[in-house]
Amino acid sequence: MPTLWISTRKGAFSLGSDAKRKTWKLAGPQMLGHIIHHVVQDPRDPKTLLLAAKTGHLGPTVYRSTNRGKTWKEAKLPPAFRKADEGEEARAVQRVIWLTPGHAKEKGTWYAGTSPAGLFHSKDGGETWQPVAGFNDHPDRSKWVQFGTPDGEFLHSIMVDPRDAKHLYMGISIGGVFESLDGGKSWTPLNQGVAMEYAPDSTAEFGHDPHCVAMHPLMPDRLYQQNHCGIYRIDRPANTWERIGKNMPKKIGDIGFPILLHPHDADTAWVFPMDGTTVWPRTAVNGKPAVYRTRNAGKSWQRLDKGLPAAQAWLTVLRQSMCTDTHKRPGVYFGTTGGEVWASANEGESWKCIAQRLPEIYAVTVAN
Amino acid sequence: MPSPSCNVTVASPLRSYTKGASSVTACGTTVTEVLADLEQQFPGMRFRMIDEQGRIREHIRIAINTQMINDLNLPLTSRDTVHLLCALSGG
Repeated sequence: MPTLWISTRKGAFSLGSDAKRKTWKLAGPQMLGHIIHHVVQDPRDPKTLLLAAKTGHLGPTVYRSTNRGKTWKEAKLPPAFRKADEGEEARAVQRVIWLTPGHAKEKGTWYAGTSPAGLFHSKDGGETWQPVAGFNDHPDRSKWVQFGTPDGEFLHSIMVDPRDAKHLYMGISIGGVFESLDGGKSWTPLNQGVAMEYAPDSTAEFGHDPHCVAMHPLMPDRLYQQNHCGIYRIDRPANTWERIGKNMPKKIGDIGFPILLHPHDADTAWVFPMDGTTVWPRTAVNGKPAVYRTRNAGKSWQRLDKGLPAAQAWLTVLRQSMCTDTHKRPGVYFGTTGGEVWASANEGESWKCIAQRLPEIYAVTVAN
Repeated sequence: MPSPSCNVTVASPLRSYTKGASSVTACGTTVTEVLADLEQQFPGMRFRMIDEQGRIREHIRIAINTQMINDLNLPLTSRDTVHLLCALSGG
C-alpha cells in the first residue's frame, strides 16, 4: 500500500491508499506554513524519511523521521557551505531542494542538492551534513554554473549507480549534467548532444539546463533527461545524448519539467509536456493537460489524457512532482502547481484526481 | 566575571525552538554571544537566523531595544532587550 508524500509551498501532506489503490485518504498538513521541497523515504530503512524545508523567514534545514513521518526531528548540522575565505564568493544555502539516499550498502548515507547549486553529503542518516568539496570548491564550478533559473540555481537529480557507490550523476539548472567516478571528488560534464538554444555556443561542454534526469534502476547505464531544450536518452558508455523528444508530436513539442521511468522496464518513460513557445508560459499545452509515454525508449510517444481536464486547465507539473509506485503494474502519480494530485493505476491509461485544493505542489514521492 | 543576562524576545516563527516562549533570557556581552548562548539552549535556532557566512538572513531583523542593528558585535548590558524579528516574506 503506497503512501504519497506531497511537498508543497505551505507544508507536507500524505495520501494513503488501500491495497488496490482505489481509495486515497489525505492526511496533514504537517509543518503548516513551511516550504517543503522534498520528502524522501530511505529504501534501506523504510521507517526513515528525510524532509527538506524552510520558511519564508527562516533559513533552510532538513528534518528526519524514524517513524514513517509521524514525528520529525531537525538535523543537528543542516547543509551549509564552508565559511568563505577573504575575497572569496560567500555562498549560503538558500534552499535544500533535493534529497537522495546513498548506495544500498552504505546505510545512513544521503546526498542533498541546494540552491545556490551545492552538493552535500551525510553519513549519519541526515543528522549532520558536510559540503562535497569536489564539486562545491571545484576550480571550474564558477564556469559550470554561471547563472540560475528565475527561481535560482538548482542542484538536483543526484543519482547513485547501484553497482558502484562512487559512481554519481547530478543535474544543475543551469549548468548541465555532471558525472563523478570517485564518490564526488572530481566531476566531468556530460552534455554532448544536448541543445542549448539560449546560448551562443550550442556545442559548449556545460551551461545546459537539465530540468530532471533519471537513471533506470535495473539498467543504470541508461539515463533519460527532460531538458529545457528537449527530451534525451543516453546509454553509457556513450557520451552523446540522443534527442528522443524529436519523436514527440510537433504541435506538443518536447519541453517540460519532469521525466519518470518505469521501475521494471527501461524502455518505458512518462513526461508531462508544457508550453515552451514564445514567452514560455510553462503551462499544459493549449490548456489541455496530457501525459506522454514511450514504450520503446523514445522512438514513439503516446498521449495519455483520459480523465484529465479536456480544456482550460493551465497547470504545470514541476520537476519533482511525478512518481511511480513499485507495483507489478506501477501506479503513476503527479501533482500540479494548482494543488491537485492525479493518479493512474494503469500506467497512465486513465487518470483520477485524488486530491485537490492543496497549496502549490513542489514534489510528489512514494513511500512503501 | 559571568556574562550579563539579557532579555530576548522571540518572533513566532522561531518559537518552535523555545517551546512556545515569546521571551527568553540569554547571556552575552554582544549579540554574537547572545546568539551563541541561544544556540546552546535551543539547538538549531541560530542557523535559521544567521547563515553560514555569519550574515543575518534576508527576512530576519535583529534589534537592541528600539534600534535595528546589522553589527552583531555591538555591546550589550543586562538592561538591554534583544528582539529577534521576522520581516515580511511574501504571500
